[in-house]
Amino acid sequence: MTTLALTGIRARAARSGKLRALRKNKLAMTGGVIAVVFVLAALFAPLVAPYDPAQPNFDNVLAAPGWSHWLGTDDLGRDQLSRVVYGARASMQVGVLAVVLAFVVGVPLGLLAGYYGKFTDSVVSRVTDTMLAFPFLVLAVGLAAVLGPSLTNATIAIGISQIPAVIRITRAETLRLKHVDYVAAAVANGGGDGTVLFRHILPNATSALTVQATVGIPAAIIGEALLSFLGLGVQPPEPSLGVMLSSAQSFLAPAPWMAVFPGLAVVAATLAFNLLGDGLRDVLDPRGATR
Amino acid sequence: MTTAQISLKRPGLLTGHPMAKYVLTRVRQSVITLFLVSVVVFAGIRALPGDPALALAGEERSPKALAAIRAEYGLDDNIVIQYARFIGHALQGDLGTSSRTGLPVADAIGQALPVTLELAALSLLLAIVLGIGAGVVAAVRRGRPAEWIANALALLGLSIPTFWLGIVLVLAFAIAVPVFAASGFVPFGTDPLDNLRRMILPAIVLGSGLAAVVMRQTRAAMLDSLSADYVRTARAKGLSRREVIGGHALRNSLVTVVTVLGLQLGHLISGAVVTEQIFVLPGFGKLTIDAVFTRDYATLQGVVLCTSFAYIFINLLVDVAYSVIDPRIRLGGAR
Repeated sequence: MTTLALTGIRARAARSGKLRALRKNKLAMTGGVIAVVFVLAALFAPLVAPYDPAQPNFDNVLAAPGWSHWLGTDDLGRDQLSRVVYGARASMQVGVLAVVLAFVVGVPLGLLAGYYGKFTDSVVSRVTDTMLAFPFLVLAVGLAAVLGPSLTNATIAIGISQIPAVIRITRAETLRLKHVDYVAAAVANGGGDGTVLFRHILPNATSALTVQATVGIPAAIIGEALLSFLGLGVQPPEPSLGVMLSSAQSFLAPAPWMAVFPGLAVVAATLAFNLLGDGLRDVLDPRGATR
Repeated sequence: MTTAQISLKRPGLLTGHPMAKYVLTRVRQSVITLFLVSVVVFAGIRALPGDPALALAGEERSPKALAAIRAEYGLDDNIVIQYARFIGHALQGDLGTSSRTGLPVADAIGQALPVTLELAALSLLLAIVLGIGAGVVAAVRRGRPAEWIANALALLGLSIPTFWLGIVLVLAFAIAVPVFAASGFVPFGTDPLDNLRRMILPAIVLGSGLAAVVMRQTRAAMLDSLSADYVRTARAKGLSRREVIGGHALRNSLVTVVTVLGLQLGHLISGAVVTEQIFVLPGFGKLTIDAVFTRDYATLQGVVLCTSFAYIFINLLVDVAYSVIDPRIRLGGAR
């Protein structure tokens, strides 16, 4: 009992030590703050945005950034700031949902492949290889062609494209943890496969999976912008950073701000999650990059 | 591991040699993956809701045209026979006919391929020169401003999406200061100078992310090498700084860099699709996107099949090349 309590305290101490180490990392904290700003802006978009993002104003098209429109207006006179805020909302939505999809499918498959090995592992690994044989965009383009272009389908395409990485990382972690003493002890104690996998192996794989999530979210944000830019994601007039960049292409000379600000928003979001991810990796995963 | 130990004692024999065993394993895996990919691509069109003849027909949907397509593709046959025919034709270089142009898909791919290959080659060159250069500088000048600048540039290179960099470069170098052309393609054979003037911006766009990855890996590998014993030995025997860095540390770091380049291939293909779209280059990527929007499924099928096959094949080559360079890989991988 005492030993258990001590282990608990020690685990908590280790965790708070990691948090302190992360807090000392200035770059990671900067990234974290920007990421939080993005999440808040996405959650409270209707409160943050000064105008209706879809409301055209033909008396004020292609207005340069100024006091009434901080980031200017687009070719239909819509407020760019409001559209960037709502676009960030779409980005965050895809970023989170795509990663959730990849984890929900990838983690169980990785656990099974790593724990049971042999035939199960061969089947899962070949399926993973097959998915990796399609470069991300080719996969996404194919899915968009089959399912039709929309935000939901873009999320599904991006989520599917991230499954192989999640499977590989979970599998590698499971292989490593399978032979650790406390897992052997759990098995010796008569723990069933489910108990061992979900109570002993999975909780200890969270560090690697957390790092993977911080890699996956910015990748999904770029993925959404990219698919929408190509016309395969969010459909106009719905605001999305990719859609905004796509329409900005026709007005590069008269209204460069149309291309600059949505792009800066994408860069800020991805940079923020990359910095946070680098910091987390240093703290959580001392063995270095898992990928 | 046992196989490796035993065969190390008789390295002259090819059978049971870890190298041959590793290559065979990788080839076998690749063939299985190729097969699964072809099934997925084949099934993709059949998975579309409704009559596949409708999908293959594109815009032309008269009953006569549909009947012709059904006869051409043998859509009334057993699905396994259909797959066998599809693969048989593909292996002979027949990827069907584009519903948009009415021309063979293989011809369209043949025309698009040189554009994409040139773009990829220029980007790779750029990534290697810039990435390795900046990586070496960052490692050698550890803790000085040069390292800081190189690191910051790499982080930016990783965080700036390809398509936005493309737009910004067009704004800067084709509109504000019109040095380069923003769109269009001129074959290298027709006018080499004009070709390069149009390809430089796309190559920078596609190569920048890759350069950032190469820089990070070169820096990490160089830092490892610089603290290794053989570098200390090289310094101790009186070699110049240049000889130590170039001849010893960098040479040993290149193994990692080669692998990373192989792993980045998928990103290069995806990036090419976007880059070609921005700069209106008639390459593989543009062919793919155009096929999606015109519902030209025969072309899409052919393009996806070709891309995936090339990708699997090059990955196989990289793995084999890597195992030749670094024996630890095949000894670990042949288990």
